[in-house]
Amino acid sequence: MTPTSGHAASTGARHTLSVLVENKPGVLARIAGLFSRRGYNIDSLAVGPTEHPEVSRMTIVVNVEDSPLEQVTKQLNKLVEVIKIVELDAAASVDRELVLVKVRADVESRGRVLDTVQLFRAKVVDVAPDAVTIQAVGNADKLADLLRVLEPFGIRELVQSGMVAIGRGSRSISERTLRPVAIPAPPAAGLTSTNQKESPRG
Amino acid sequence: MSEQVTGAQSLVKSLEAAGTEHIFGIPGGAILPAYDPLMDSSIRHILVRHEQAAGHAAQGYAAATGRVGVCMATSGPGATNLVTPLADAHMDSVPLVAVTGQVGAAMIGTDAFQEADIRGITMPVTKHNFLVTDPAEIPRTIAEAFYIASTGRPGPVLVDVAKSALQAMTTYRWPTELSLPGYRPVTRPHAKQIREAARLILESRRPVLYVGGGVIRAKASRQLLELAQLTGMPVVTTLMARGAFPDSHPQHLGMPGMHGTVAAVAGLQKSDLIISLGARFDDRVTGNLDSFAPGAKVIHADIDPAEIGKNRAVDVPIVGDCREVLGDLVTALRAEADAGHTGDFEAWVGFLAGVKQKYPVGYDAPAGELAPQYVLQRLSAIAGPETVYCSGVGQHQMWAAHFIDYERPNTWINSGGLGTMGFAVPSAMGAKVARPDATVWSIDGDGCFQMTNQELATCAINDIPIKVAVINNESLGMVRQWQTLFYNERYSNTDLHSKRIPDFVKLADAYGCVGLSCDSPGDVDATIAKAMEIDDTPVVIDFRVHRDAMVWPMVAAGTSNDDIQYARDLAPQFDDDADLELRP
Repeated sequence: MTPTSGHAASTGARHTLSVLVENKPGVLARIAGLFSRRGYNIDSLAVGPTEHPEVSRMTIVVNVEDSPLEQVTKQLNKLVEVIKIVELDAAASVDRELVLVKVRADVESRGRVLDTVQLFRAKVVDVAPDAVTIQAVGNADKLADLLRVLEPFGIRELVQSGMVAIGRGSRSISERTLRPVAIPAPPAAGLTSTNQKESPRG
Repeated sequence: MSEQVTGAQSLVKSLEAAGTEHIFGIPGGAILPAYDPLMDSSIRHILVRHEQAAGHAAQGYAAATGRVGVCMATSGPGATNLVTPLADAHMDSVPLVAVTGQVGAAMIGTDAFQEADIRGITMPVTKHNFLVTDPAEIPRTIAEAFYIASTGRPGPVLVDVAKSALQAMTTYRWPTELSLPGYRPVTRPHAKQIREAARLILESRRPVLYVGGGVIRAKASRQLLELAQLTGMPVVTTLMARGAFPDSHPQHLGMPGMHGTVAAVAGLQKSDLIISLGARFDDRVTGNLDSFAPGAKVIHADIDPAEIGKNRAVDVPIVGDCREVLGDLVTALRAEADAGHTGDFEAWVGFLAGVKQKYPVGYDAPAGELAPQYVLQRLSAIAGPETVYCSGVGQHQMWAAHFIDYERPNTWINSGGLGTMGFAVPSAMGAKVARPDATVWSIDGDGCFQMTNQELATCAINDIPIKVAVINNESLGMVRQWQTLFYNERYSNTDLHSKRIPDFVKLADAYGCVGLSCDSPGDVDATIAKAMEIDDTPVVIDFRVHRDAMVWPMVAAGTSNDDIQYARDLAPQFDDDADLELRP
């Protein structure tokens, strides 16, 4: 949803986590809060619906070494509303970001701006007398390249999405795990009698 | 079996169905609808004087029995007053359900009177929390709250219920099953990990059982004793685990950590295998982590996978309930023993027995004044191991951990992780409600006692006859100790003048309790005996002790456990160290 820092700022190891969560109010706050209080850096976070209406999927790019990454996933897994976490391997997955960028383009420069748009297989989605708005989709490197080329024309405004990613091949990370596992509810007024037997002198 | 009821009735019926027998709380505007059906309920509600005490009482209740403690408060300030006990229960894995009222659903987000986003505020300090605005969701939410609080690694769960949901009509239907797709605690340990752990134990020469509060929460003391006796391995019990293993047992080295016994600290520091059971390598145990137990491999068993490897690298991780882990380890090692394979720990056990004998927990009695340690020794001798001891936080807590002999689990209740001053009186109140037939002593400092002693009123009025030993050194003693040791005896803001103001005897009297005072060693036994005779009223004893007494041993914060001081400027000498190092 909100990339907190640009992809260019990455220094340590970046990991892409796909996190399936229950689609309930407050889940994003829980996850954002967990990252903040445990001091983990989020490079990018995107959240949206999935093929199951009761499940949302977050794509979180974290910038940590391997050992803290294990802590990140373990702590995330402790959140009751987190159903499953999969780390996506860059080679075995497709990742995309979307950028909307408003570039200065008057009569004189417009042709060259449009050439750039074509080169990067981007799209013009709005035109004004002295500017065009370009939409581009790609991985982080491609978008960074596009922005570098557009820079000299004058970038007036820029908005970029967080990364979304999906594994290659036919398998789905949401199969199997999403079947709800029924848990026996505490029996009506039965909790105390069983517990008393075992406590407190056990 | 569904019937039309108000949301408030549904809430109370749900709490009954979940097994609630006692609630500690205070009513207020937003939770008011729930208090009406509570009058007709089988649940006994105990009206406390401050919501923080409601939370700590529920903690004491839970810690004394293993059952879920329940507290209730209104919206806004009522709810925010629960934040400290929730954080405390979160750190110490106490099963707790807190029910709070919230402003009406339509008012949420408008900065309404007594509105606070308590779900947002408590997200980092609860195991889980809920906001209920639909009355139909009340039974399922309460069922989930109790299930989450009491299973896996126990912890606090907050249920915030909008006033509009309490007032609306709804159907009450207790769920027969819950669907929590993201919550599946693992309790059965992996057989391969158990085999690997057994192998490491048999190969080791200097193993130690590092026992944490998880063993108490898992009710695994019997299995721990079996494992210890089967193998002969030495045992240390952390602050949260005091009572999990009998103090009288010869294999017990005592409590490790910053104020641990020399034997327990050495037992970890010089070991070649740490078997961690429901413990979490807290900084107060490890000291400087890089130099902690440098020669030890680690078997780490915990029900919370996130604790394993968090602070210390692990050789054999075991995710599971400590009772099952210990049971499986006993089975595996017994089979090995039957096949003639046992560990050779003789030299190690002998070494540690020597350390334990040479460096017992002790103190220098100040001439003509009362030593706080003596008070606790006598209290332990007179009140005995059947008593439940609750403590505040500070010097008196450490003395209570050392100088009282614990023989049974759930008899030592304190605030370990969060270190909440003022925990003792309300937690003792909760423990006494849970176990009315047990003697419950609250061991408090004069600083702690002044944070929550208003609950003496609750105890006196509701026939909850706890006993309070105020270890009055007229200062914030632990802070003062650090000022003595690390701030050149510059005592900035630690002098409470509590031997002058307030008069604790009069204070007890004003609250309808019996107040006693004692300032000489010769009167200690008689004063405690007098308090023990009174079982219809709370009793407060003002033990006016020597103010310069310090807690020893001590590992200064951030330093290595190798640098433990047995007493001020006195480092222990390990005579047999050289021999020990030579062994493979």
